[in-house]
Amino acid sequence: MPAVQDTIDRVRKIDVDQYKYGFQTEIAMDKAPKGLSEDIIRFISAKKDEPSWMLEWRLEAYRRWLTLDEPTWARVHYPKIDFQDIYFYAAPKSTPGPTSLSDVDPELLKVYEKLGIPLREQEILAGVQKTDASELEEVSDNVYKSGRVAVDAVFDSVSVVTTFKKELAQAGVIFCSISEAIREHPELVKKYLGSVVPTSDNYYATLNSAVFTDGSFVFVPKGVRCPMELSTYFRMNEKNTGQFERTLIIAEEGAYVSYLEGCTAPQRDENQLHAAVVELVALDDAEIKYSTVQNWYPGDAEGKGGIYNFVTKRGDCRGDRSKISWTQVETGSAITWKYPSCILRGDDSSGEFYSIAVSNGYQQVDSGTKMIHLGKNTSSRIISKGIAAGFSQNTYRGQVSAHRKATNARNFTNCDSLLIGDQCGAHTVPYMEAKNSTAQFEHEATTSKISEDQKFYVMQRGIPEEEAIALIVNGFVKDVIQQLPMEFAVEAQKLIGISLEGSVG
Amino acid sequence: MLEIRNLHARIVDDGTEIIRGLNLTVKAGEVAAIMGPNGSGKSTLSYILAGREDYEVTEGDILYNGQSILEMDPAERATSGIFLAFQYPMEIPGVATMEFLKVAMNEQRKARGEEPLKIPEFLKRVKEAAASLSMEMAMLKRPLNVGFSGGEKKRAEILQMKLLEPKLCVLDETDSGLDIDALKIVSDGVNALRAPDRAFLVITHYQRLLEHIVPDTVHVLYKGQVIKSGDKSLALDLEANGYAGVIGEAA
Ligand SMILES: Nc1ncnc2c1ncn2[C@@H]1O[C@H](COP(=O)(O)OP(=O)(O)O)[C@@H](O)[C@H]1O
Ligand SMILES: [Mg+2]
Repeated sequence: MPAVQDTIDRVRKIDVDQYKYGFQTEIAMDKAPKGLSEDIIRFISAKKDEPSWMLEWRLEAYRRWLTLDEPTWARVHYPKIDFQDIYFYAAPKSTPGPTSLSDVDPELLKVYEKLGIPLREQEILAGVQKTDASELEEVSDNVYKSGRVAVDAVFDSVSVVTTFKKELAQAGVIFCSISEAIREHPELVKKYLGSVVPTSDNYYATLNSAVFTDGSFVFVPKGVRCPMELSTYFRMNEKNTGQFERTLIIAEEGAYVSYLEGCTAPQRDENQLHAAVVELVALDDAEIKYSTVQNWYPGDAEGKGGIYNFVTKRGDCRGDRSKISWTQVETGSAITWKYPSCILRGDDSSGEFYSIAVSNGYQQVDSGTKMIHLGKNTSSRIISKGIAAGFSQNTYRGQVSAHRKATNARNFTNCDSLLIGDQCGAHTVPYMEAKNSTAQFEHEATTSKISEDQKFYVMQRGIPEEEAIALIVNGFVKDVIQQLPMEFAVEAQKLIGISLEGSVG
Repeated sequence: MLEIRNLHARIVDDGTEIIRGLNLTVKAGEVAAIMGPNGSGKSTLSYILAGREDYEVTEGDILYNGQSILEMDPAERATSGIFLAFQYPMEIPGVATMEFLKVAMNEQRKARGEEPLKIPEFLKRVKEAAASLSMEMAMLKRPLNVGFSGGEKKRAEILQMKLLEPKLCVLDETDSGLDIDALKIVSDGVNALRAPDRAFLVITHYQRLLEHIVPDTVHVLYKGQVIKSGDKSLALDLEANGYAGVIGEAA
């Protein structure tokens, strides 16, 4: 059948046609020399005007990192990374640090405009995508939440602007770049930084601790419900540059915050490294919802280029009855190595992980979660939807453990994989460990292929093949999409459709 | 409107020939009934008309409004006005029926170069169509066909047909699984769509449906061929005497 050739041709087209964020921008940059050394770390720290304790913290992490080996247990393959061939710091020249919107280089504003990220506060208020979202609400039972979004925009190594800061400050919420937090709120940073992901945690986290450049800082004080969605938008622009974001979110007793993270990068032949660390701390009765729409450049049709995304994300349910929920939509990156986790330390605390991981072309995804039950009556819920197309490999790796004192720990895990075509692979690697006999763990897993019957049925209604697949896939991931704030739900659905373009055969 | 000429088609997987030299002509405004015992190739014919890739046409042609459709994919055939009400409609988990209707209607509009429907207009059309088929709006918020009873699935098929306004409607065993009240509702729905520029191919192996949807012509399909054609009295004859006589006559 000519279908085979057709598939090959379409898969070939994927990169250029599909990754619409692949443009790069010419902006005068201030860079550290290539490579990694104590001097480079001193350079970064000085650029950021950091106190000496911060520099010491970084140097200690660096020295430890030198003694570590790159992990190899994940189901991903890539050539060894040459850390001396990477720029560890690159910042737009015109932006010495976080500024008000009117000070931001118009070129930069254009970049974000092109990416569809509204940095002008009035635009955000106008709610560009509202119509789409309310349409959705009309036609289905889904409950989408709506609201305003404050944005922290990080361009390569620095935060260029944070919106709605004043309004947030009135509510007592601190939302700024981590660099600013280190300067302005050192007592909070000292108290919490590295308290969830210690500098010694793992190879990439240790590296990040040494060289992290920017990221967001959120502090929601006792009893405060953050009045709007917070989000950070990461853009990697500069060639051969690594991005090492560091994000720290603290919700004090009874506080609530919903935070979103988005990311894109230009299309390049070389691989680029993104090694982030995200730490969440929820005290008694606090709740943090963390959502990610990850769309780093995935590489071209032959598997050339793309972002290596090695991320450590962990939430600490430190207080009783606290709750942390991770939702992720992963469509980008050449390689993803990412396991957002929850430490359920407080009694009656709960953790959730909702994930959609789409892979196409030659992408490799190894992602999942860890739920570590330490407190009494803790509960966790994992819903993972993996979709593999093209020649990609998609692995769910999850660990659920209940420690000796975690009486009545409960977990429900559901992992569904969907295969499109027969050149790709989906794998489920669950680890379960209960040291307490009262633990109740439930695990369900399914693997299915989009059936020809379903596709034919949908196409018979006049829906073209690629849209038909996107529709079926969006149905498959609906449980997770519903966890996203409304604007992002619409965006995520479109993104999944785009990511699967060229996957039919 | 539809002209099938000496059609031969086989299953791609194993090469078995199912349609073996089938001829059939259906004019605009006509309701043609296709009857035949189980396994004679009725559903296969409907799939081939709709462009299912599991079957390969080895000989002959299918002309729709004078043009061959063999090179068109299922979605293109659908947007050109061919609709198939499935014998076994598929479940689409996670996709609300309303959402599905909206996507289908708008994709067809897009293919015709029309603007997408505005939400209020879309809702108005769906509400009217659903009411005429005694369907609750609440049901349309559920994922398409998931957990629907046999009768609900058939109604949902007719609902889609009404909203998509096709020109050639192929109904495959739409009466199976329907109780008498539902049969009446569904038949009324089909009859309301009868129009001078629209043709129907009603596949059934019982006369029962044809009491409600009265056909202009009746064709007996057996072993992949039309072995006898006539008017509605042929259906009554089959009901009274079974297929054996007709089959024997043709052999
Ligand atoms: N995809 C297929 N694979 C195998 N056998 C098939 C397939 N499609 C049809 N057939 C066979 O072709 C014959 C006709 O089937 P069908 O068209 O469903 O008959 P009817 O609808 O008239 O009952 C049957 O023997 C059936 O088993
Ligand atoms: Mg049949």
